[in-house]
Amino acid sequence: MPTLKIPTPLRPYTSGESAITLPGKTVAELLQAAVQRHPELKKHLFNDDNQLRPFVNLFLKEENVNHLGGLDTPLAEEDTVLIIPSIAGG
Amino acid sequence: MLPELSHEEIHRYSRHLLIPDVGLQGQRALKAASVLIVGTGGLGSPVALYLAAAGIGRIGLVDYDVVDFSNLQRQIIHGESRLGDLKVESARDRMLDLNPEIQVDIYNEFLNSENAFKIAEPYDIIIDGTDNFPTRYLVNDLCVLTGKPNVYGSIYRFDGQASVFHAAEGPCYRCLFPEPPPPGLVPSCAEGGVLGVLPGTIGSIQATETLKLILGIGEPLIGRLLLYDALDLSFQTVKLQKNPDCKVCGENPEVTELIDYEEFCGIPAHDHGEGSAGEEWDITADDLAARLESGATLRLVDVREPHEREISNLAGAELIPLGQFASRLSELDSAEEIVLFCKAGTRSTRALEILASAGFKKVKNLKGGINAWALSVDPSLPIY
Repeated sequence: MPTLKIPTPLRPYTSGESAITLPGKTVAELLQAAVQRHPELKKHLFNDDNQLRPFVNLFLKEENVNHLGGLDTPLAEEDTVLIIPSIAGG
Repeated sequence: MLPELSHEEIHRYSRHLLIPDVGLQGQRALKAASVLIVGTGGLGSPVALYLAAAGIGRIGLVDYDVVDFSNLQRQIIHGESRLGDLKVESARDRMLDLNPEIQVDIYNEFLNSENAFKIAEPYDIIIDGTDNFPTRYLVNDLCVLTGKPNVYGSIYRFDGQASVFHAAEGPCYRCLFPEPPPPGLVPSCAEGGVLGVLPGTIGSIQATETLKLILGIGEPLIGRLLLYDALDLSFQTVKLQKNPDCKVCGENPEVTELIDYEEFCGIPAHDHGEGSAGEEWDITADDLAARLESGATLRLVDVREPHEREISNLAGAELIPLGQFASRLSELDSAEEIVLFCKAGTRSTRALEILASAGFKKVKNLKGGINAWALSVDPSLPIY
């Protein structure tokens, strides 16, 4: 099953889990499974129209999924999808 | 014509001169270079120290703040003897002690859309060591509009990011983050904390990238974002691409001059975390103490994380961490008078917004949080 890596700022919404391994044949399915397991995560990833928020960046094998197939990008069993957060500390 | 090095400078920079990739010409290029460091905090400290030591001829520092006790856990350019002093003066004095050969210009100002072009004008490279979203978008747009590289670093708890955003050769910050997150969604270091060593790691990477850009050696982080996880001790880079629709560096840019970045991000351009929900919604620590003294029936709701209660606590307060707030609204009753608090008032303002949009009217935000209570009502509590 593919894995979704959760960055620190989003971990309060995943009960502290830093990586979630869930079934999903595409990026969209993996995200859907993640928000089903952690409903609090949903509003941080999706807006009210169920669109991915513009400051949420998803990467698969070093590439932004927007430059692959977007949310329909197919996932292999061993794939890891990274959420890259917007952080501002300095 | 690059400046010559004195015998003293040759002695000082001997370990650089021995590296063929730097050598005498490279060191002279460093002496001829000028960089502007925005922020002399966690990231700015190591950046300024290493670039001063490396012999960058001219370094500008922008910061409007003074040295605070809570800075010293990570802002290693400052010291206890400089508490209350201007950060730019404290940093300059330390840099000149390390290397009196260089020129340090200080700008005790808040970088904003009015002064940014003038401040940045003399410098080749801008280094982003700020602590808030509005200033990060300002620095990005300033760099795109002036064609200067933006050496970016950002930190939170155990996570760090670094890149070189140089729109002439690759993507900019807005290509990756077209819009800031909504106010309150991403905690700042003042609210969420940061491992003191983390800015040392990321700031050192920013200093390295700056030297590489000046020397023209190696592969700069242009078009790549470095992600550092201190807990896993993992470094990972991902590829960034220029966004043709980017509002500032894209094919048809909408942003052609600096804008109001506080308005764009919906938050103030600082990380002091002194949250106010507005006069109508705030209650001061003194007023809350007087209300409790007079026997008022109030529900005190602490929206911090559980571990923060071990640092300081208000008697009778119940805990609903902000992250769980939306899903635990049913535990609160809009008929009751509710006072929300956190460390300094930022998270409780966010919680208040959730309650207000759910129709709660008898709800107040403890202005300045439990730290304000410790300061003016109960000095037996620590301030953190």
